Amino acid sequence: MSDAAISRSGSGRKPILSVRGLKVYFPIVIGGLIRKTVPLKAVDEVSFDLYPGETLGVVGESGCGKSTLARGILQLLQPTSGSVVWLGDHIEGLPAAGMKKYREDMQIIFQDPLASLNPRMTIGDIIAEPLTVHRPELSSEERKQQVREIMEQVGLLPLMINRYPHEFSGGQCQRIGVARAMILRPKLIVCDEPVSALDVSIQAQIINLIKGLQDSFGLSLIFISHDLSIVRHISHRIMVLYLGNMMEMADKRILYEHPRHPYTRALISAVPLPDPELEKNKKRLVLEGDLPSPLSPPSGCVFRTRCPLAQDICAREKPTMTVVSATHQVACHFWQKS
Amino acid sequence: MLNYAVRRLLSAIPTLFVIITLAFFMMRLAPGGPFDREKQLPPEIEANILRAYNLDKPLYEQYVDYLTNIVRGDFGPSYKYLDFTVTDLIMTGFPVSLRLGLYAIVIAVLFGVAAGTVAALNQNSTFDYLVMGFAMTGIVIPNFVMAPLLALVFGVYLSLLPVAGWGGGKLQYQILPVITLALPQIAYIARLTRGSMVEVMNSNFIRTARAKGLAERIVVVRHALRGGLLPVVSYLGPATAAVITGSVVIESIFDVPGIGRYFVNGALNRDYPVVMGVVIFYAVLIILLNLLVDLLYGFLDPRVKVE
Repeated sequence: MSDAAISRSGSGRKPILSVRGLKVYFPIVIGGLIRKTVPLKAVDEVSFDLYPGETLGVVGESGCGKSTLARGILQLLQPTSGSVVWLGDHIEGLPAAGMKKYREDMQIIFQDPLASLNPRMTIGDIIAEPLTVHRPELSSEERKQQVREIMEQVGLLPLMINRYPHEFSGGQCQRIGVARAMILRPKLIVCDEPVSALDVSIQAQIINLIKGLQDSFGLSLIFISHDLSIVRHISHRIMVLYLGNMMEMADKRILYEHPRHPYTRALISAVPLPDPELEKNKKRLVLEGDLPSPLSPPSGCVFRTRCPLAQDICAREKPTMTVVSATHQVACHFWQKS
Repeated sequence: MLNYAVRRLLSAIPTLFVIITLAFFMMRLAPGGPFDREKQLPPEIEANILRAYNLDKPLYEQYVDYLTNIVRGDFGPSYKYLDFTVTDLIMTGFPVSLRLGLYAIVIAVLFGVAAGTVAALNQNSTFDYLVMGFAMTGIVIPNFVMAPLLALVFGVYLSLLPVAGWGGGKLQYQILPVITLALPQIAYIARLTRGSMVEVMNSNFIRTARAKGLAERIVVVRHALRGGLLPVVSYLGPATAAVITGSVVIESIFDVPGIGRYFVNGALNRDYPVVMGVVIFYAVLIILLNLLVDLLYGFLDPRVKVE
């Protein structure tokens, strides 16, 4: 996709994060006697811009590279190639020491709330630790004060400050995770399936908490989920990933109402509707077959093995991201057919 | 916490009672007696000696007498080292074994934890394989091979250190025994540390720590080591007890006047009170060190409540 095509979707504002052609490959050693290393293409050629205050939803099946994308952006994993530009600075491949000054601006909320918290630290220490690293000038009293304030903002009682993570429920642990991510007042938070481990009622609380914080502080979010209903609720724009490749990216309304990619359409048709009458009469597009192994992805378009529209050209040529409208891009040879 | 410690100590009394009983009767089941000689003593002299030490009474009476004496804190006289009580022997031997053992365990923890941690952080690197290879060798070679080897190399060929002896506790006499004691412990601790550190470094909260922007050194020291050292701490209880009560083999080879030597000689000579005394001493040490480990656990891992 050309740079012009990507920036066009931003309507003139300056992006805070620009990702271009990001690839994250893992070397996998296969074979017993004759070994060879094969790249597992977890994320392949992903490009997008993120604007201040915007939420970009990232959806896709398990194993399609959503979490790897998150870690590649935050340099928790070393990208194989491509660029990640944060407010004009290239941060791809920076070592831990070089990343330090960017970490206070970009934080992450992890999927498993309890396992992400050090079981041997009190939650007060866990939430305060980013302050000790990035704001060493604060006195311990000031630090405590800030921890209490953020705990209140995320709906935790400040008197719980000396408790340990295992004394909390899953939802409370995720609130601790949100507090930890928020305490430095970052500009970007990557939410890596923050609610997939929680009960539905708790999911809504956490989502609305994150959304509320975004409204108060003008955060940008990258929101990763396999739950299309949640992504629809929270996102402004949505990216659809399949086997590490971008399939489609569009404004939320366009993506849900006029999806162009056959994969997006199949995903959306699988979302259950709350109205039993509508649900009964809904036409579902069921995908045939299994997700191909990312070790040997199909030639050409990676989706072609399960695509109802697939033709010869799909095996020969990989479709590039094509601009449908200013806020809509799709990677399919036959997007005009729909 | 104090409450817990007191309760644990009280619950150790039955354990100790079982140990004493078993040791007492097993000693007596062994053939031979403390005053058997190559040349048969005249029967009346033997009867006199046995009467002097109350060995002519029925076994159960001796057992009851022994228990009452222990409760009074009297471990009895040595049959072999005349004019010495068992308490005297332990008091002269134990400080020597304790000193060697503490040196060895401190060295083992420092080197073992450092080597294991570096190996874990560079998993499957050359350094990792080197450390693990060394560790395997250290565990596999028995101390009765290692001790003469070290004495041969450093004492005889290189003439750097004395081959054996104590020299009144001069430093150069302690080096080889301490190294021999420490080597297998270094090896074992290095393996333990590596294993648990590899696991901890892959856990999610380490990723969180990195995302906070912590320096790698702080991630390892503050977040990983506290959890990674738990298996080492629980190993250290019995290991320290074993090392500070003196290695029988090492004290014999290097001719160190520690408690282990009295134990061997006591067993060989059927010096019942000495063997019993050392067994009880060893049991009490293990019980105390295990209690210490459990208390430490509560400090290292808040999920373990010592209540």
